[in-house]
Amino acid sequence: MRFLPTAEQRDFTRSLDALLTASDTPSAVRSWSAGDHGPGRALWARLAGAGVFALAAPEAYDGMGRRPVELAMAYRELGRHAVPGPLVETAATTALLCHLADGGDPAPAKRLLPGLLTGERVVTLAVPDGEGGGYVLDPDGANVVLVATGAGGAEEARALHPGRRLASTPAPELRLAPGHGPLLASLDPARRLARPDPGGELLSTGPLLAEAIGCAVRWARLAAAAQAVGVAEELLRRTVAYVKQRTQFGVPIGSFQAVKHRLADTLLAVEFARPLVYGAALTLAPGDLAAAKATAGEAAYTAARTALQLHGAIGYTEELDLSLWLRKARPLRDTWGTPAACRAEVLAAYS
Amino acid sequence: MDLDHTAEEDAFRAEARAWLAAHVPAAPLPSLETAEGFAAHREWEAGLYAGRWSAVSWPERFGGRGADIFRWLAFEEEYWAAGAPGRVSQNGISLLAPTLFDHGTEEQRARVLPDMASGAVVWAQAWSEPEAGSDLASLRSRAVRTDGGWLLSGQKTWSSRAAFADRAFGIFRTDPAAPRPHQGLTYVMFDLRAPGVTVRPIGRLDGRPAFAELFLDEVFVPDEDVIGEPGQGWRIAMSTTGNERGLTLRSPGRFLAAADRLVRLWRERGEDRGARDRVADAVIGARAYQLFTYAGASRFAAGGEMGAESSLNKLFWSEYDIALHETALELLGAEGELAQSPDGWGEGYVFALAGPVYAGTNEIQRDIVAERLLGLPKGRPR
Repeated sequence: MRFLPTAEQRDFTRSLDALLTASDTPSAVRSWSAGDHGPGRALWARLAGAGVFALAAPEAYDGMGRRPVELAMAYRELGRHAVPGPLVETAATTALLCHLADGGDPAPAKRLLPGLLTGERVVTLAVPDGEGGGYVLDPDGANVVLVATGAGGAEEARALHPGRRLASTPAPELRLAPGHGPLLASLDPARRLARPDPGGELLSTGPLLAEAIGCAVRWARLAAAAQAVGVAEELLRRTVAYVKQRTQFGVPIGSFQAVKHRLADTLLAVEFARPLVYGAALTLAPGDLAAAKATAGEAAYTAARTALQLHGAIGYTEELDLSLWLRKARPLRDTWGTPAACRAEVLAAYS
Repeated sequence: MDLDHTAEEDAFRAEARAWLAAHVPAAPLPSLETAEGFAAHREWEAGLYAGRWSAVSWPERFGGRGADIFRWLAFEEEYWAAGAPGRVSQNGISLLAPTLFDHGTEEQRARVLPDMASGAVVWAQAWSEPEAGSDLASLRSRAVRTDGGWLLSGQKTWSSRAAFADRAFGIFRTDPAAPRPHQGLTYVMFDLRAPGVTVRPIGRLDGRPAFAELFLDEVFVPDEDVIGEPGQGWRIAMSTTGNERGLTLRSPGRFLAAADRLVRLWRERGEDRGARDRVADAVIGARAYQLFTYAGASRFAAGGEMGAESSLNKLFWSEYDIALHETALELLGAEGELAQSPDGWGEGYVFALAGPVYAGTNEIQRDIVAERLLGLPKGRPR
């Protein structure tokens, strides 16, 4: 057993970190929030060049083979740098298309994957209620809006609707949305939501698609969990730096026990979430993925609450870059499976 | 990065599982915090030792199997999954033994370890004093030089296992003139039945004497029972407390098995009681602790050290243990109140309540995490 990153994995994340550090992601996020996707798309292209979008795709489509561990490591870096855009949806789409291709329905993958992997095409994805409330993320910044509806197989239905009894499951469909409704502001301005328009070209249907949707949800949970860990780490890092230099009563506030203990608890939450994420990447078991998603989401939110409290009023402003991470934590926690839904899934999968 | 077991690890695990299946008592033993239960647990230790399962990570010459950390973890998972009894020798095995391996002499190891592993000699820890708990360096009990050894005087308290144990280990002040409180301390082993020792059992919250107070009046300790150099007791003890907070005291196997029992309890009688999220958290927490430990073990196997991370470890398991038992009591409803509650949940709850208090309070652990892992400045006196 070697439950530690290999030298190659460490090199990969270090180079990704360097790329993102040099890319001024805060200004790309702010532009994205204002509807200017240029800097974000440029960043997206650089990430594609680094191979980030090839980590869930087989080599037959110029991917790097399925590499959930590397994907988790990469998404942690994306979280640490607050990269905007439908990142989780990209991982989910890739998993969905590859599952279809592996099962004998390669047409959608052949059509959509090449552009997705090179970053020329940004794809976003909505799945049935229970994961995203019927909204799709960033349809205005994407070239392709995919909508998956219905879920056939019992296992997939349960994955999508944990704890709910489904009387009948409609035939699943994967469509290219013909358009989308008005953009709705998220609590995180960098996330822009809309409802996809109904109809559009049918790309796939049938039991295989139902399985593929379940697969997409699992990879989405892995990607979101990893991103949440990165968000939590950066919130903690920035807050630790702040409490060392901010003084009150003549001393750094980081010397106060109440401040220390809150930060220690935040570190505890992060340190015990991270192994769950990597463990889930190694097993890809639904229960493990749900556990990772629930725990990482809670860790990110805990880190956000701590960061806000310890920064005081300056942390409550949008002008401080901290806000870019602060506002991301809650949506990441709740999309692609709320903690409650994930906990139910953990128990459903527990034998 | 992988979670793969080697064929040797799998074989080791299978051997442990088979032995445990054949030997674990069908009915639970009486509480080890009673005279009767203590004797029963001592007997269980003797059986474990006969099968060479009582200290698997020790070298074979002391009755172990030379198991590395991964095999030790596998053994612990099997041990607790099999519903085997709590370990009466744990203080010795997890605290004193690592100290002897790091700082003792070969003569001390040969003399002390086999009897520890067989339960023939059960050890109590004697760290705390009435005015030295988390601030252990302020301890006052003395060891004064005499012919061929030292004379111990003073008072120790909260001495776990001491009500029924045979011997104890702790640190004593040998140089009261040392410039700093951490200096001039010496690590010794002593006999709880030696002349000059008075043991006063203390009932814990459920009334059982899980610990005791020790009054020491010129208790003779021969030189051969001093561990390491006199005056170096603090440094030696600190390497031991790292073990206490770290994984050896609370292996993931213990919590994986407990979470398993909790899910069974929930399915049997609780699904409608609204504790679903807390049951799920128990399952998730056990897995998180297991994986956190695997990561630490992997670092350790690659030459790394446990360091201040043991404080994170201790914070996690101590709070987890309480949450898990609270959830069980909630599922049991009115029955949870009974001291003899089903499946031992009540006694487990009382035991868990001590977790955040001992082995360095959780407040001290949070200070350590903040200062050593996050680099925050030292603060005012606590």
